[in-house]
Amino acid sequence: MTSNIVLSEVEYNVVGKRHVRPDGVDKVTGRAQYGADVQLAGLLQAKVLRSPHAHARIKSLDTSAAERHPGVYAVVTAADLPFASLTREELGGDYQRLKFASNHVLATDKTLFKGHPVAAVAADSLHVAEEALNLIKVEYEVLPPAMTVKQAMKPNASLLHDDLFTSELGEMSDKPSNVASHMAFEAGDVEQGFQQADVVLEREYETASVHQGYIEPHNSTAFWNADGQLNIWCSTQGPFVVRTNVADILRHPVSKVKVTPMEIGGGFGGKITAYLEPIAALLSRKSGRPVKLLMTRTEVFEASGPAPGTWMKVKLGASRDGRITAADIFLAFEAGAYPGSPVMQGAACALACYDVPNARINGYDVVVNKPKTAAYRAPGSPQAAFAVESVIDEICEQLNVDPLEFRLRNASREGVRRVEGPVFRRIGLVECLEAARNHDHYSAPLEGPYRGRGVAAGFWFNRGFQSAVNISVNPDGTVNLIEGSVDIGGSRASIAQQAAETLGIAYEDVKPTVVDTDSIGYTMVTGGSRTTFATGWAAIEAAEDVKTQMVERAAQIWDASVDDVEYVDGVLSHKSDPELRMTFRELARQLLGTGGGITGASNVDPAGEGNGFGVHVVDVEVDPDTGKVTILRYTAVQDAGKAIHPSYVEGQMQGGVVQGIGWALNEEYFFSDQGQMMNSSFLDYRMPTALDLPMIDTVIVEVANPGHPYGVRGVGEVPIVPPLPAIASAISHAIGARINRLPANPGAVLEAMS
Amino acid sequence: MATVYIPTMLLPVTGGVKQTQVEARNVRQLINALEDQFPGIRDRLLEENQVRSNLAVSIDGEVARMGLLERVGENSEVHFVPAISGG
Repeated sequence: MTSNIVLSEVEYNVVGKRHVRPDGVDKVTGRAQYGADVQLAGLLQAKVLRSPHAHARIKSLDTSAAERHPGVYAVVTAADLPFASLTREELGGDYQRLKFASNHVLATDKTLFKGHPVAAVAADSLHVAEEALNLIKVEYEVLPPAMTVKQAMKPNASLLHDDLFTSELGEMSDKPSNVASHMAFEAGDVEQGFQQADVVLEREYETASVHQGYIEPHNSTAFWNADGQLNIWCSTQGPFVVRTNVADILRHPVSKVKVTPMEIGGGFGGKITAYLEPIAALLSRKSGRPVKLLMTRTEVFEASGPAPGTWMKVKLGASRDGRITAADIFLAFEAGAYPGSPVMQGAACALACYDVPNARINGYDVVVNKPKTAAYRAPGSPQAAFAVESVIDEICEQLNVDPLEFRLRNASREGVRRVEGPVFRRIGLVECLEAARNHDHYSAPLEGPYRGRGVAAGFWFNRGFQSAVNISVNPDGTVNLIEGSVDIGGSRASIAQQAAETLGIAYEDVKPTVVDTDSIGYTMVTGGSRTTFATGWAAIEAAEDVKTQMVERAAQIWDASVDDVEYVDGVLSHKSDPELRMTFRELARQLLGTGGGITGASNVDPAGEGNGFGVHVVDVEVDPDTGKVTILRYTAVQDAGKAIHPSYVEGQMQGGVVQGIGWALNEEYFFSDQGQMMNSSFLDYRMPTALDLPMIDTVIVEVANPGHPYGVRGVGEVPIVPPLPAIASAISHAIGARINRLPANPGAVLEAMS
Repeated sequence: MATVYIPTMLLPVTGGVKQTQVEARNVRQLINALEDQFPGIRDRLLEENQVRSNLAVSIDGEVARMGLLERVGENSEVHFVPAISGG
């Protein structure tokens, strides 16, 4: 019954094969080095004092007793950040941005969420640091918190920031507000579209704050040398972004900051923000010693970015023949303590799966007294999909149309104009819908009471951005591949495969290494489903550079023109003299005696990202007595463009589904009335385990992206989008009542049934 | 002439004009040309002389990677869309 299927369009020698991952041995033997493993001579341990209040004014802060405590080497507060000594005039238009960034690292006058850093101590040991934290005296004036967008958007809401005004593309509101920004898209004639509809449904939805739940907590070790060189070792998806942020917040030259990314135990978007690095750096500068700072799991939950809770309203109209005629969507997303929720991404994704001629989408970014939200796999798209796909499911019920057939009739395809304007190029949604319809899961009978099947589609843009790769040829015919992309989901292998395919050599002959920010050109984060696409592009270009140089060297050795030498599948040959022929390995052996080694290099910022789509089918069973939902069967279909390493694509799909199942069924931040998180441990914050789930079946559809040499589309984010609406619809069919708030935990399901 | 689609939020600035045509070889020239037609629109699209950080420019379906220096084709279709990164 379980299956993983790859529907390939093109076959290659190395690309598309399931090779062994280069980092596998280190990881299964426990030798891989993570941030917590970093040990340096004279290393101090640090702890952060965090606000016990969700919203409070700091009336006084006294660290003198902590500074005098034996074993303490340094204490820092916001007063140690450069922002404290810079004026509004000096910073100009940069004032508010730097203020928010600095205050997020260490609170100045107000704390804006439970867990907000207030001070930090570096000491001989963790225990001494913890003792010293207890000696820091903070006097708070507790303020009423605004914990949800509904609360924060009320006219009389407690304001988080006195100087935050609502921006509508540069036009600012008259009064301060918790609504940081409002943006809208409109296409066609929405009112006329609804007049053309035979059925119009309007529904309201909410989702809770959820965490990315990476297994490895945040960590950072910093050493600020006497010459001003700042070295940082940390767990991050983006060492160059950490370098930029640290240099910015500390007003330190970027050339004096080196960030070494350690192995990473998960990120999912949540390991891009520099939470600890500026604090560890300040403590190191003050103490003159290297400083290590680790978060506990509670700190991870309370002080690192969750995905936003949301409030959404969707109105959809459709004709009797199953065509969407109009949509009107309202999205309000929690930004957390500082502006920057992914509401606009959600707005741009909300209707991306469909050709909707008349549509209006309004999005609001709202600050609340929760940790500042961070990216989480397809930021904003899962929530928006939950709302839109749920209404579509109801429309299908009302029109008595098969939900996949309805989606096929309305599916986005090449040439369809998105609501925000641009036109889709070659995409694979129709192929995914057809593959889902043809899968035996969809035609399998689902019998018995309290069982239901749900389907949903999902979208993510996928991105490009900057990447760099260097490839050096070794005398034994292997190559060293140096990259700046942190390997979260197998990208060492997928990048190496593209280099090997381009060079025409074996996968095992490419040795990929992820290096620090001093050792490779600027490389954007591992995120946005960009790495296999963009760093793959960089590897291809670096490999092409190597090939060009190898051809030149062969021509030199043969005393021939480069035009007479060709390079095919790792073999160099003279076009007109069959005697002159060398393999890549044979030429590599001769390089050092014929002019020196060869290194290919590339820096890319590629266009041509291929948009990603997925379609999921899920069967559930609901226990009518407890409300517990069991996932009986799950099938995920996704267009990967070209699956460079099918096993890792399947892994991304299955991992995304599992996180989506958690989001749909269990995961949720619980807060007290005063805004304290009440379930900040994995015991109480319920993520799915292997025991909760069946095998997730996958179908990889390959509709090649014309914007990449091997047809790659990003795959990491799409699979977390459909589970929320697919599961909600499946539960609704099982119990005969709609699920309009997630998570659909047992209590919520029982409430819906009643 | 490039065809520029006006963001919904800026329709009050253009008096409801949803798309217009401008002569421009890059995004900077395009925005200047828009400013000539619709005074005030430049300040809504730019901050600190760069495209607003929450916006991206889409030219013929590709997100511009060179900011104001990105080339605009003679018959390009230009949109101002949300800046997208990812997780």
